[in-house]
Amino acid sequence: MSAGEKLDNGLPDGWELVVGLEVHVELATTTKLFSASPNRFGDEPNTNIDPVTLGLPGALPVLNEQAVELAMRIGLALNCRVQPCTFHRKNYFYPDLPKAYQISQYDQPLNVDGHLMLPGNVRIDVERAHLEEDTGKSTHFGGASGRIHGSEYSLIDFNRAGVPLVEIVSRPDIRTPDQARQYVNELRAILVAIGASDAKMEEGSMRCDANVSVRRYGDPLGTRCEIKNVNSVRSLGRAIEYEARRQVDILETGGAIRQETRHWDDADGRTHTLRTKEDADDYRYFLEPDLVPLAPDAAWVERVRAALPVLPADRRAALAALTGADVEGEAVSVVVERGQENYVRAVVDAGGEAARALVWVQQSFADEGDSPRLPAGDLAALTVMEREGKLTATQAKTVLGDMLARGGGDPRTIAASRGFEALDTSAIAQFVEDAIAAQPDAWAKYCAGEEKAAGAIVGSIMKASKGKADGKVVTILLQKRRGS
Amino acid sequence: MAEFPTVSSIAADVAAGRTTARDVLDAHLARIDAREGEVHAFNLVMRERAMAVATEVDARVRRGENPGRLAGVPIALKDNMCTRGVETTCSSRILEGWKPPYDATTVQKLAAEGAVFVGKTNLDEFAMGSSTENSAFGPTRNPLDTSRVPGGSSGGSAAAVAAGFAAGSLGSDTGGSIRQPAALCGLVGVKPTYGLVSRYGLVAFASSLDQIGPFTHTVEDAAILTEVIAGHDPLDSTSIPQPAPDLVGALGAGVKGLRIGRVADLPEGADPDVLARLDAALEALARAGATIIDVTLPSLSFALTAYYLIAPAEASSNLARYDGVRYGRRVAAGDINTMYADTREAGFGDEVKRRIMLGTYALSAGYYDAYYGKALKVRRLIADDFARAYAKADVILTPTSPSVAFRFGSKTDDPLAMYLCDIFTIPTNLAGHPAMSVPFGIGQDNMPVGVQVLAPTLGEATMFRVAAELERAV
Amino acid sequence: MSQRLTAADVAKVARLARLNVSPEEVERYTRQLDGMLDHFADIDNLDLARIEPMTQPYPLVNVLRADVERPCLDRDEVLAAAPAAEDGRFRVPPSGGSGG
Repeated sequence: MSAGEKLDNGLPDGWELVVGLEVHVELATTTKLFSASPNRFGDEPNTNIDPVTLGLPGALPVLNEQAVELAMRIGLALNCRVQPCTFHRKNYFYPDLPKAYQISQYDQPLNVDGHLMLPGNVRIDVERAHLEEDTGKSTHFGGASGRIHGSEYSLIDFNRAGVPLVEIVSRPDIRTPDQARQYVNELRAILVAIGASDAKMEEGSMRCDANVSVRRYGDPLGTRCEIKNVNSVRSLGRAIEYEARRQVDILETGGAIRQETRHWDDADGRTHTLRTKEDADDYRYFLEPDLVPLAPDAAWVERVRAALPVLPADRRAALAALTGADVEGEAVSVVVERGQENYVRAVVDAGGEAARALVWVQQSFADEGDSPRLPAGDLAALTVMEREGKLTATQAKTVLGDMLARGGGDPRTIAASRGFEALDTSAIAQFVEDAIAAQPDAWAKYCAGEEKAAGAIVGSIMKASKGKADGKVVTILLQKRRGS
Repeated sequence: MAEFPTVSSIAADVAAGRTTARDVLDAHLARIDAREGEVHAFNLVMRERAMAVATEVDARVRRGENPGRLAGVPIALKDNMCTRGVETTCSSRILEGWKPPYDATTVQKLAAEGAVFVGKTNLDEFAMGSSTENSAFGPTRNPLDTSRVPGGSSGGSAAAVAAGFAAGSLGSDTGGSIRQPAALCGLVGVKPTYGLVSRYGLVAFASSLDQIGPFTHTVEDAAILTEVIAGHDPLDSTSIPQPAPDLVGALGAGVKGLRIGRVADLPEGADPDVLARLDAALEALARAGATIIDVTLPSLSFALTAYYLIAPAEASSNLARYDGVRYGRRVAAGDINTMYADTREAGFGDEVKRRIMLGTYALSAGYYDAYYGKALKVRRLIADDFARAYAKADVILTPTSPSVAFRFGSKTDDPLAMYLCDIFTIPTNLAGHPAMSVPFGIGQDNMPVGVQVLAPTLGEATMFRVAAELERAV
Repeated sequence: MSQRLTAADVAKVARLARLNVSPEEVERYTRQLDGMLDHFADIDNLDLARIEPMTQPYPLVNVLRADVERPCLDRDEVLAAAPAAEDGRFRVPPSGGSGG
C-alpha cells in the first residue's frame, strides 16, 4: 500500500485511515480445545462441561488434534508459514474465565506471515493466526438495558468455555471501511470453504475487533483505539467510519488520542470508552507448564495443504475466465458464494452459452443450493435458443420458470406450447414502421432527442407483436431509424 | 516402626485368605482411634467408605476373583488429591467442604487394585511448607515425638504411616514435600521422575515441579506402590508415554559395580549428625561392592533461589482459580472484584498469600526477565550439572533434610529459615529427576535421619536397587 | 539493605492477584519479600546470556488427543457445589466491564 494513495476513506482531505483487524473464529470441531466435552452451540447452559472446562482443582489440558488440523488449514489458506509453536497462559480475573487464565499462544504462534487479497489487487498482510480457548458467556441482569453497567448480577454459562478459537490478526494495511468489509467477507468465504468454521457473526462464531488510527499522509502511525462489540459486517464499516472521524475531530482541534479500548454501540452509532490502557491488566504471560510444544511435521502440513479445496478467489477467477464476466462483479461473486460455479461449467460442457448461463444461475437459482436440480443440458439448450435468437429474454425467463417448476424439460417444447417464438429482425422492422406511422407525434419527439417518447412506440410494437418482438432488437432498430 | 504390617504382607495375606480386609482395617482404625487425637494426621477419616470397600474386597476374595495387588491395604491420601464425593480441602479454608465430582488418576489406579482408603491427610495449605504448620486446620504432630513437626508439606501422609494408621500413603512433592517428611518420620518416601506419575486430579501447586509419590515403611512397599501409580495417562499432557517400570524385580540386585556419587561441594547447612549418617551410608554401600565417586554440582547453591522464583510464579497462576465463582468458599460482595479479594483474604493463609505475591511479582511486567526468566536459566544450569555428574555416577547420595525433625514454632518466624529445610531436595524437582529418602539410623535426640538417593531421569530401578541395599545395611 | 521491593509494589501486586492486604500486612510482606529478593540476588551475577531457559523437565512434543467426546459432568452435581447458582448458571455480582 503506497503512502499518499488517496482512497475514498470518508475522511477530510489529507487524512489517512489505518485499520488492522483481529478476527476470532470458532473452529468446527466436535470437542473443545483442551477438553473432551462437546463443542456445541445452543445446548442447555452448563451441560457441556467437565473438570477441565470448569477449571476444577487438579484438571489438566490436552490438545485437540482436529483443532490443530483446522488451525493449519486456516493458516495455509491465508498463505501463512506453519511453524513449531508453544502455548502461554494469559492471566487475568473475570468470572467467565474459569481458570483465571486463558491458554493462548504468545511469542511462538502456529501460523505467521500470511496475506489475503481484496478486489483491486489489494493485499492485506496477516501477521499471525493462532490457537486459543474461548471463555464462558455472561448474561447481565437487573440493569437498565441488559448492559453490563448498572447491572445487579450476572449469570455465567460455561458451555462455550474452552471452545477452540483461531485469532487472525492482520497488519494495519486496511485503508478504507469498504476494504475492512471486504476483508471480513473474503475471510468468511475462505473459512466456510475450507470447513474450518461456519463463521457467523450473528451467532458469535466469528467476532471482529478493529484497531483504528488516523494520520496525515506521510506521518508516522497515530495512536490507535481498539473497537469491540461489532456484530455484523455492516456495523464494522459504520464503527470504523465513526471512530476515524472521532479521532480526526480530536486531532484537528489540537487534542491527542488516548490509547484505549472502546465499545461500539450500534443503536446510537457511536463508540464509547470501555477501559483505558492504565486500567489494563498486566497479563504476566508465561509458558504453559501443563502443555508441551506443538511442532507439526512437514508431512502433516503437506497433507493439510494438499487437502485444501480450491479457494473462493481462485474459483471466482475460473468462473470469470469461463464466462467472460467481471471477476469482481456481483454475478461471479454470488454464484461462487452459493457454490454453483461447477453447475455453470456443466451447462457450458453441455453446449450452453457461458455468459447467459451465468446470468440465469445468478438470477433464478438463489434457492437451488450447490447442486441445482435442473439438468445442465436443459439450461444449456435454453441458452442456445437465446443465442440463436429463437427466444427473447423475457420469453426465456418464462420458459426457465416452467423448467424449474417441473425440475427439467425441453425448452423447445415448452416454448412451442406457450406459442413463443421470437420474431426475426425483418419482421420486427415491419412492426417498427407501422408504429412510427401510427404515432407521428411521439416519433417526432423521439427524433428530437426525447428518449422517453420511445416508450409509447415500443409499447405499441410489443402489443402488436404479442410480445414476440425482442425488446433489445426493437430499441436498436429505433435508434438506427433515428440515425443515432 | 517395624511393628506395623507392610503393604506387601497385607496384600498377600488378604488375597490368600489368611486374614480379611475388614480385620486389617479394624486394626488400623483402632490405632487411629487411639492416637489420632494427638497426632492429627487426618483432615477426614473415611470410616464408612473404608468399611464398604474392605467388605467388597473380602467378597471378591471369597468369590475367587482377583482382588488386586493392594487387596485390603489401608492407604491414606494427601488431601490435595481429588476423591470423588469426598471432601478435598488442601488444608485450606477456601476449599473447606468442597467435594470433587471426579477422582484423580492415581486414586483410581490404587482403587482398581483393591486399596482401602482410610482417610485424607493433613498438609501445609496448598502444599506450601515444610512442617505442616501452615495447615488451616491445625498442625500434624510427629508420631515419634509429638513436640516435633512431621515435616511438610505432606506431614499428614507421613504421620499416618509412621503411626500405623495406614500401611502406605500418597503424598505430593514439589520441593521435597514427600522426601523431607519421610526423613523426619523414619519412612521411605519417593519422588518419581517428573511425568512418570499422572498429575490429573492432583491439585496443582507448581505444575512443572509437582509429582505424586508414596510413603511406606519398606523399600519393597514403596516399589509396589510406585509401580501401581506410575504409567502413561492420556489425561495429563506431561505424562511420559511409557508404562510403569518394573521396580520390585530390581530390588535384590545389590550394588556391586555401581558408582555412587558423593557431592564434594554439598551446600552447607546440614547438621553434623545428619552428615554422619550420610557418611555411614556411603561406607555401607562401599562395603557392599559399590564404588564411591566424587561429583560436583556447583549450581546447587542457586537451586533455592530458582525454586522460590519458579514455584511461587506457577502457584500464583494455579491458585488464581480460587475466586469464589464456581466452587469453594465465597465471601459475598456487591461487585466482583471485592468478592474476589474478600474471598481470597478469608480463604488463604499467610504463607499462601506471601507466595502468591512473590510469584505474581516475579512474573509481572518489567520483572519477568530479572526473576522468572532468569530462574528458568538457572534451572538449566542445575540440570546440566546433574547431567555431567551422571556421566560419572549411577546414583548420587545426599542428606534428605538438613536436620532431624525440629520443634513446633522453631522456624515459623522467618519464612526463609523454613525454606532452607528443602536445600537438598529442591534440586531434583528442578531437574525433573527421581529421588527417594531411605531411613538410615538415628541422629540428634533419638530422632530418625534419612539419606537421599538421587537418580537420573527414569533411573528408578537403579535408585530402588541402591535404596534396598541401604535398607539391608542400616 | 537495598530496597528491591517497595510497599507500592506490594500493593500493586496484591491488586493484580486480587488479595486484600491491610496496611500492617503490606508492611510485613514488603519486609519479608524484600528480604527474600535480597537473598535471591545471588543469581544476579551469573552469566546466563548463552543459557537456554529450561521450561520442561521431560522433553515431550506433540501430545494430542483425538476429537472424540467424553462424558460431561452432571450439571446438578456441579451447581450444588457452586456458591451461588440460578437458572442453571453460576451467579456472581456485577463486574465493571469486559475482561481481557
